[in-house]
Amino acid sequence: MEEQDKLHDENQDEHHNEEKKQSRRKFLRDVGIIAGGAVAGGAAMYAGIHYEDSKPPSGERLKLLAQDGKLLEVDAHHVAEVHLPEGELLMKEGREGLPGHKWVMVVDLAKCRNARKCIDACQSAHHLRPEQYHINTLQMKESKKTAPYNMPKPCQHCDNPPCVSVCPVDATFKRGDGPVLIDNERCIGCRFCIAACPYSARVFQWFEPPMAEEDKDLTYNVELNVPQKKGTITKCLFSADRLREGKLPYCVSACPNGVYWFGDEMEDAVTNGTTKETVSFSELLKQNAGYQLMPELGTKPRVYYLPPKNRLFPFEDGIEEEHNG
Amino acid sequence: MQYSYDQVASDLFRPVRFNKGHIIWLGILTIALFLCLYAYSIQLREGLGVAGIRDYVSWGMYISNFVFFVASSLIGMLMSAVLGLIGMKWIRPLTRIAEIIALAFAAVAGLVIISDMGRPERLPFLFLHGRIQSPILWDVTVVTTYVIISALLLYLPLIPDLAMGKKILTKPKILVKVYEILSVKWRGTKAQWDIIHRSMRILLILIIPVALAIHTVTSWLFASTPRVGWNSTIFGPYFVSGAFVAGIASVVIAMYFFRKNYKLEKYITELHFNNMAKLLVLVSLVYLYFNINEFLVPGYKLEKGDAIHLHDIFVGHNAGLFWFAQLFGMIIPIVLLLFRQMRKPFPMLILAILIFVASWIKRYIIVVPTQEHPFLPIQHVPSNFLIYQPTLIETAITLATFILVLMIITVLSKLFPVIPVWEMQEEAELNEKGGQS
Repeated sequence: MEEQDKLHDENQDEHHNEEKKQSRRKFLRDVGIIAGGAVAGGAAMYAGIHYEDSKPPSGERLKLLAQDGKLLEVDAHHVAEVHLPEGELLMKEGREGLPGHKWVMVVDLAKCRNARKCIDACQSAHHLRPEQYHINTLQMKESKKTAPYNMPKPCQHCDNPPCVSVCPVDATFKRGDGPVLIDNERCIGCRFCIAACPYSARVFQWFEPPMAEEDKDLTYNVELNVPQKKGTITKCLFSADRLREGKLPYCVSACPNGVYWFGDEMEDAVTNGTTKETVSFSELLKQNAGYQLMPELGTKPRVYYLPPKNRLFPFEDGIEEEHNG
Repeated sequence: MQYSYDQVASDLFRPVRFNKGHIIWLGILTIALFLCLYAYSIQLREGLGVAGIRDYVSWGMYISNFVFFVASSLIGMLMSAVLGLIGMKWIRPLTRIAEIIALAFAAVAGLVIISDMGRPERLPFLFLHGRIQSPILWDVTVVTTYVIISALLLYLPLIPDLAMGKKILTKPKILVKVYEILSVKWRGTKAQWDIIHRSMRILLILIIPVALAIHTVTSWLFASTPRVGWNSTIFGPYFVSGAFVAGIASVVIAMYFFRKNYKLEKYITELHFNNMAKLLVLVSLVYLYFNINEFLVPGYKLEKGDAIHLHDIFVGHNAGLFWFAQLFGMIIPIVLLLFRQMRKPFPMLILAILIFVASWIKRYIIVVPTQEHPFLPIQHVPSNFLIYQPTLIETAITLATFILVLMIITVLSKLFPVIPVWEMQEEAELNEKGGQS
């Protein structure tokens, strides 16, 4: 190294006055600096990555719950927060659901007095028109000899949903935790799902949705279906956004008459939306002769009904009898 | 046969030019089309709600029309492939007419389905996010395939005619140029004929399953749901047999007008109308058989849902349309066509128009009433949700699709001879030889 420097100096002395050569040397030196810088920078980056890998484990182990419900353990220094854009996150979470749960609803027909509070709460949460029902209360009369009764009818969130089978673009989908959701950013508006649904549970946005103007800056939440979009389907979501917060669905909480029980089939527990009482789901069905709507169609609904015993509520207006149920 | 070999080419190329009458006709069609497209622009702006469809009857005129278009397009397969392959010679002057009709209806059917979409701009999602489980995906696939094969079945036998035409036609220059390009240097060598014959044979065999598939899959759009009135195992053959009835009606109407306007009486003769009438009776009887199965079997048992559905279409508020469709689309033609006088061109035209209208109404009866009677009652909704009432706008949009079909048929039949020239020459040659020996 020393010798080289010496040679270098000698050369410099020798061509001291030759500007041409000097300028070439200057050029070479500049190139050298740039190249050296680049190499050094690259090396530093490499070293950095290498250091990150070779860094001794902090010793602190963290237990994390993966999205599929598996419990994982990782070293603390590897943990970093992931920032997804809000829309993407909502969509990702919304499509994946809440692992480890199977949501169910039980509707006690003996209790329903057609207060329609469930409908109001639902329509205001989902920004719907008065004639657009995610949940509707129907006046049922099965035969001339039986008394009529009120039947709240949300989407049945079938485990074998005909609507999902026929959807051509995966806009409507069945989640692992039970609900059948609709992604109105994917829906092409073919309405095959309306044709396929035996429970008439689906609603179409025939015109611009009523709150389109107010909602236009909101990020789309697939679990709430807000903002609603013209030319797409909207439907009952089992209030998936509320479930994520650990709350009961909008309709369940709004009922003044204790009609709704909602809970988790995997815990075999359902909670009454009005009394907040929690009971065994299977016992409730067994003791009250719980049933499903049109189980013969093989749709496997997740909504159960308790029969309308003590039908004491006369209807003021006539009821429509012409239906196939 | 009344035509000689020398006449054939001049007779059949004579109508190939646009005269004043046709330009006016096309002009009227274009203006009408733009009026109807204005209706579609309203639908795009306001939403599908400008049509009468609502949450319960959510498939109305558009889907009925789609089924009708797919049905009418099946005639190409019946005429060229089924009758052609079993060696029916009399259909030769009619095959091109049938193919033009098939192509026009099949191609426009794709547009009909777009008019029914709430979000037509998301059409590419079918390819980007398509789910193979959905019958819609199957329908898109087979209809596209059918359009391509039909176009080839129209084009391949046209090549020898194009080569002939570029010599016979003198003006307009642009048409001669088109003929020259499309005739792909056809010289009529044995090798070239071999290629045409072989590829035609392959296509004619291929189109049979594809045609059966397009209408069977279309019927599955309904039969794959649990709804009363659609939940039927015979919907596939029921739709296919009905399709032949509708398709023959379209061909008879076209035959009549081409024969009159293009002065083709020597080529499309009373014999052809007579034969088409017999074919019509045959397919109508098959259709009648499926109708008996479709209505009598559930009608005998009268399960709860079926009882309501059948009551509605037999004597309820859809009964008028139902009986019109059944009587004029099937039963009356079967009876009348037993008489020789009714198998003449003009009575055939009248019957064909009636069948055409009745066939459209039949599709409507298949699509709409089922949705007016869902399993659960329709309550607490505005009264227009209960009964489907088509609006002026959706009628105009539906009309637009018919105008498009007419335009395609008009243009194709003016650009090219509607009767295969070389096939007629072959016939004439055979006849002349036969006469000498």
